[in-house]
Amino acid sequence: MVIQSPLRLAFADLFAGFMRYDLWPSLAWQEIRRRYRRSTLGPLWLTISTGAFIMGLGPLYGKLFHQDLSSYLPYVAISFVLWALLSGIITDACNVFVAEESIFKQIKLPFTLFCFSLVTRNLIILGHNAVIILLVFLVYPPPLSANLLLVPVGLFLVAINGLWVALSLGLLCTRFRDISQIVSSVLQLSMFVTPVMWHAGMVGRHTWIVDYNPLYHFLEIVRAPLYGTLPSQTTWIAIAIITVLGWSGTMLVFAKYRSRIPYWV
Amino acid sequence: MSSIILKNLTVDFPIYGAGSRSLKKTFLRSATGGKVARDASDKIVVRALDNINLHLQEGDRVGIYGHNGSGKSTLLKVMAGVYEPVSGSCEVKGRLSSMLNLLLGMHPDSTGYENIFLRGKILGLSPQEIDAITQDVVEFAGLGEYMDMPLRTYSSGMAMRLGFSVSTAIPADILLMDEWMSVGDAEFMEKANARLAALLDTAKILVLASHSEETIRKNCNKLIRLDHGQIVAVEAI
Repeated sequence: MVIQSPLRLAFADLFAGFMRYDLWPSLAWQEIRRRYRRSTLGPLWLTISTGAFIMGLGPLYGKLFHQDLSSYLPYVAISFVLWALLSGIITDACNVFVAEESIFKQIKLPFTLFCFSLVTRNLIILGHNAVIILLVFLVYPPPLSANLLLVPVGLFLVAINGLWVALSLGLLCTRFRDISQIVSSVLQLSMFVTPVMWHAGMVGRHTWIVDYNPLYHFLEIVRAPLYGTLPSQTTWIAIAIITVLGWSGTMLVFAKYRSRIPYWV
Repeated sequence: MSSIILKNLTVDFPIYGAGSRSLKKTFLRSATGGKVARDASDKIVVRALDNINLHLQEGDRVGIYGHNGSGKSTLLKVMAGVYEPVSGSCEVKGRLSSMLNLLLGMHPDSTGYENIFLRGKILGLSPQEIDAITQDVVEFAGLGEYMDMPLRTYSSGMAMRLGFSVSTAIPADILLMDEWMSVGDAEFMEKANARLAALLDTAKILVLASHSEETIRKNCNKLIRLDHGQIVAVEAI
């Protein structure tokens, strides 16, 4: 028998997980359907609660920041909907393995399968929330530009990175149960530190506040094109670096600890 | 050719005390030496399977007999590919079906139909194949209109009937079973035993873990005694 190297097995798992593309969308949809099974409006609640948040806070913060509402409200709407995607992926990542214990402790499945399903689920939620962006755009039409075509590219980059985040955070949180608590508090803080409710330009000369914030770049890579502009060069470079480093680090850790996951859960 | 080959297989379970799972203790361990460290990293390992060597081939109907905690279920889960051995190897050839948990992948808030669909998907069936078994499962489970209702409205017996019907709907080369399945009321049980027997007939290898020697003698042709994670005897029946 050939003894396979751990790294090879890790890549094999990733490939096998992807190849179950018949299964992970089903798992994602089932989960969403289940969450809203007994409510009349179903997944539309996602849209409504996000919408309520934006409509409630948008005008207030517009006043506080002395912003023109016709430009500020679309900005907050887009930002917040995208933020919900990022924070949703990160929050869910902590539980990606713990929550699926009942499945993978009974039958052999690629672990990465659950990461694919997690990212898909959050993209479906984004689809629901995107209704808000459309509504806001109906009231305050955006500048139409070819840059809009970059939106799918941005989302793809978010998804690719969401996968390694799910895998690495999932591993870490399965082994150390307090990490998910740390993550949720950091995430809460991040929402205010990241330019979600305010413009990146407001930091003045202290650009490091946004430049060194990875979440800002992932927000910007989708937000800028939606806004008809191009993401800055810094954003492209930051995302390229994060993608390469994130995936390399994750695969090394995954290779080392992949077989331990069932023992940890 | 279906086969299961275990070589020098050992499985250790790390036992994480309430403490050592937390980050704090791990930090403490790296930051301090001596007494605190010993308290902080009380990593205990339980050897669930100890140097197991086993070669199963077609025609084998193996019963694994042992007390609670002797390693029966762990052995089945290793064969199912859930646990990778700490040392040694486990090689399984053939389409394997593990019936360790009849309710695998089922969710209380999903309906009977949805649960069949999801189970089929998890097992890697195509939509056509799922359609093909659905009819059979629904008929066999005999739950009527309940199939459209969420699983949580079922009695535990009804849920098990559904689980049993799905689990036994797909033929496999290798069957893993943790205890002989007995499901439902007397009438259903009779039907179920016939269905199980038919499934076993098509399977090439059966591995049944049980703490009842009688059950094993009735259904198997080989008995393996497991004690403290070691095979102590292999008997032909």
